[in-house]
This record gives sequence, C-alpha cells and structure tokens, in this order.
Amino acid sequence: MAAAPSSTTSGTQAPPKDGVFIELRDVHKRFGSQEILRGIDLQLKHGETLCVIGPSGEGKTVMMKHIIGLIRPDQGDVFVEGMNVNLLNERQMAPIREKVSMLFQGAALFDRMTVEENVAFPLWESGLRDRVEIKRRVTEALEAVDLAEHLHKYPTSLSGGMRKRTGIARAIITRSECILYDEPNSGLDPIGSDIIDQMILRMQRRYGVTSIIVTHDMRSIFKIADRVAMLYRGKIHFLGTPEELRNSPDPEVQNFINGRSDVTG
Amino acid sequence: MVMDSPAALLAFPGRIFLHFLVYLGQITKLIGDLAIAVRSRVWRLRLVAQQIVAIGYGSQGVVIVTGAFTGAVFTFQSYAKFKEFGFETTVGAVVSVALCRELGPVLAGLMVAGRVGAAMAADIGTMKVTEQVDALRVMGVHPVDYLVLPRFVAMMISMPFLVAESISFGLFASYMVTSFGYDMPAAWYLNHMLEHTNMEDLSIGMIKGFVFGMLITVISCHQGLAAENGAVGVGAGTTRAVVISSLVILIVNFFLSILLNYVFPIGTV
Repeated sequence: MAAAPSSTTSGTQAPPKDGVFIELRDVHKRFGSQEILRGIDLQLKHGETLCVIGPSGEGKTVMMKHIIGLIRPDQGDVFVEGMNVNLLNERQMAPIREKVSMLFQGAALFDRMTVEENVAFPLWESGLRDRVEIKRRVTEALEAVDLAEHLHKYPTSLSGGMRKRTGIARAIITRSECILYDEPNSGLDPIGSDIIDQMILRMQRRYGVTSIIVTHDMRSIFKIADRVAMLYRGKIHFLGTPEELRNSPDPEVQNFINGRSDVTG
Repeated sequence: MVMDSPAALLAFPGRIFLHFLVYLGQITKLIGDLAIAVRSRVWRLRLVAQQIVAIGYGSQGVVIVTGAFTGAVFTFQSYAKFKEFGFETTVGAVVSVALCRELGPVLAGLMVAGRVGAAMAADIGTMKVTEQVDALRVMGVHPVDYLVLPRFVAMMISMPFLVAESISFGLFASYMVTSFGYDMPAAWYLNHMLEHTNMEDLSIGMIKGFVFGMLITVISCHQGLAAENGAVGVGAGTTRAVVISSLVILIVNFFLSILLNYVFPIGTV
C-alpha cells in the first residue's frame, strides 16, 4: 500500500496525540545540492517495532538520526514523547537521549575501552558510582547478548557480530524506552543475523522496547517488524504491516523486496 | 584564464574571507562550549591524568632536546660575535633572557603543536569519522566535555613544566658550551646570567606557554571535531592542526611580546 499523500503541518509545534511516542512531521533535509528527505511524515507508538527499508542513499539513517537529534531538519518537526527535538540545544537533549538510544552501523565502540568499559560507560556517565551495581548490570546486559565471557577484550579483537552485540548491550543497559538500530544485520552471516534478530525480539517482549530498525534484510523484517516503512525518493513510499508489504501491488515495493533491478545482463 | 568581470576577480579572495569568518565562528563556538564545560566543574580526573601523561610526560624528550640544542647553537654563534666587541661574558645574560622570553616558550609551543596537536586532531578526528563522537552524544555526553576539557586542563598543567624544561636545558647547554668550548670561567657566565635574568622574564615565558597551550588545544580539537570524509579527512585535519597551530603561535607570539613588554619592560627591572 502506498503512503497517503503527505498532509504536512510544517512549522506546527502542537504536541502529538496520546500514545504516540515518536512523530516526524514534514521533515526535509538537504546536504549541499542533494535533497535527501523531501517531507517525511511518520508516527510510532509505544512498544512498536518499525523496520525502515529502501534503496541505499535514500536517507534511512539520516531520518533515524533526526529522531535522536544528531541531525537537525531544514524544515519540519520531530517530536519524542511530545518534546520538539528542534527546539532543544545539544545540552538540553539529555531527556530525549535518556529515552532513546542507538546502535550505530559500525557499532561505534570506543577503541580504547574494553567490552566491559564500553558497556558500563553510559551508566558511569549517568552518574552511577556503585561499582557492584555497575558490574551486575554490565554482566546482565552482556549475558543478554551472549558476550559475558568477552568482558576484557578490546573492540579490535572482536568479530563484526560481536561488535554489534556489544553495541546492543551498550544501547540496552540504560533501559531506554526506544532503541534505534542502524543496519544491525549488515555484514553478518545468516546465523549471526538471526542472533541479532532474536535479541531485538527479546528486548521487545521482555522490556516493551520501541524499536526502529533500518535494514535491508527481508528475512529479519518478516520476523520482527510490526510495521514497515519504505523510503523512496526522499519520501515514505510505503507504510504498512509486513503482510501488506508482501502483497503490495506497487512495482517499486515488489522490485525492492524481490531484489529486482532494471539493469539487464 | 580570462576574468570576465571585476566581481569574478573578487570572488576568490571573497570566498577565502568567508571561509575564514566561518572558521572563526566555529572556533568561538568551541571556546563557548569549553567555557560551559569548565563552569560545570565535571573534570573527569582519570582522563586528565591520562592526557597529562600523553601531553606533559610524553613531550619532555622532544622539548628538552630542542631547547638544549637551540641554547647551545645560540651560544656558539653569539659568543664569537660578542668576543669581537669584548662582550663575551654577557653571552649568558643574552641567551638567558632570549630563552626565557622567546625561544623557550616558542620552541616548546612548536614542538607540542607538532607532537600533541597532531595527536589530538587525529584521535578526535578518528572518533568523529567512526561515529564514536555521535555515540557520545547519543549517551548524553557532550563531546567538548569529554574530549576537549580533559585535554585543555592537562595542557594547562603540562605547558608551564615543558616551557621551564625547555629554558632550563637551553641554559644548561649554553653554560656547557661556554665553559667547555670556550673556557670561559663559570662564575662570569653565571653572574651575568643571574644579574640580568629576573622573575619577570620567567613570567613572560610561563604566560606565553599558557596561551600557546590554549591555542594548540582549541585549534587541534576543532580540527578533530570537524573531520569528515574518513581517513583522508582525518589526515587533512591533522595536517591543518599542526600548520595552523604553528603559524598562530608565531604570529600571536609577536603581539604577545609587544603586549607583555609593556607589562614587564625588558632591561628596566
């Protein structure tokens, strides 16, 4: 099903309706001469898992970085639990970043810290100084991602999958209400990819975490998504359930999910 | 290439001027963020200690060697000329004042800019292009608080010691050249040196050391935080950090010398 025509409310700062956790309203973003986002409208409810798909370079990561205030829109508004992210400066962003955490595509682990120190970092920086409590929560988070035996390793000695799992442990340790995953399955073998999917599902079921997952992995989408958004030419081209995605008559959607290009051999 | 209008002729310098204004704006913003970080008084002492080791302890070798050999060669060259006029006993005084007021802080500053400025820009730049800086932001940690403030504090603590070492070893080398190279009695050298060098000369050296330390930190950290385009961008930022820091040290030193000469006039104290 194709997305409804955009009913933009640019400049409006009225808070979203009850139950809406994250809302993007008519978000536009341009880098130099290239217009990446051309009016994104999206709402996400508490506890929902949204997968974002679309061709490379269509602005999926850019859209996600708007939610956590790493990138500011040129036009439009981004709300997280009623707070307009655009109106906050970097230091005022703390309440948003307590609620929302993010797994970066390359995991973005700190090179000079061990796995244990990386995972403990958000707790320490949030002001927790009880070393016993920190140790307990780090162990719990690392057990959740099956990495409890690799506490003292440095990121450079971890495989791609282990780095991603460490990144997930760091993202979940503060018990954020929402986690943004930027291509959590990229570069992983099918088993590693399934481990990550199971972890995302576990977070969703055990803690009711709201998730936005940018991915190209169609198997993951059908396993974990409540809804799927497809970005195409800077807009939400499709928004619906995985089943609706599968049955969509839209040629762009079908080409994408079946991996068909216009290029002939 | 034919310029089609006077406006086209002005476009290039105009663009450079605009870039310069943007650069000044970014540096001012960084200084503002640093001031807020200082006011928050969250010092992260472990990071400060690590940076003191990297900046202060790690730079001693290069600063000592540079100071010592500059003091030695300065003495070697000036002694012969001074001897023509029968002033060779004043070499100690001249070298001492020059090292305290100019050579000590400038050489230490240039060496630290090369060694530490490059490391700061490369470290922070690598963190920036691998999204580690964004990861800090996502965890509610302001990059200036975590990356710039500890380096700034460590630099402020380390720089006076490095300047003092540069001056001390320069003087020691100068003394060795005059005593063992030219058989000048040590008493003459030391007497003239102590008579003509005072606390004001040392103060100028220390003040310059502080100022150069601040400039190196702000310029280099800015290059790191502004890095983009992967490894190429980090390399370019590192080069710029060293070049800009070194040039700014030499230019600021000139104006600082004039200013400080009003406060501590040479030869009248």
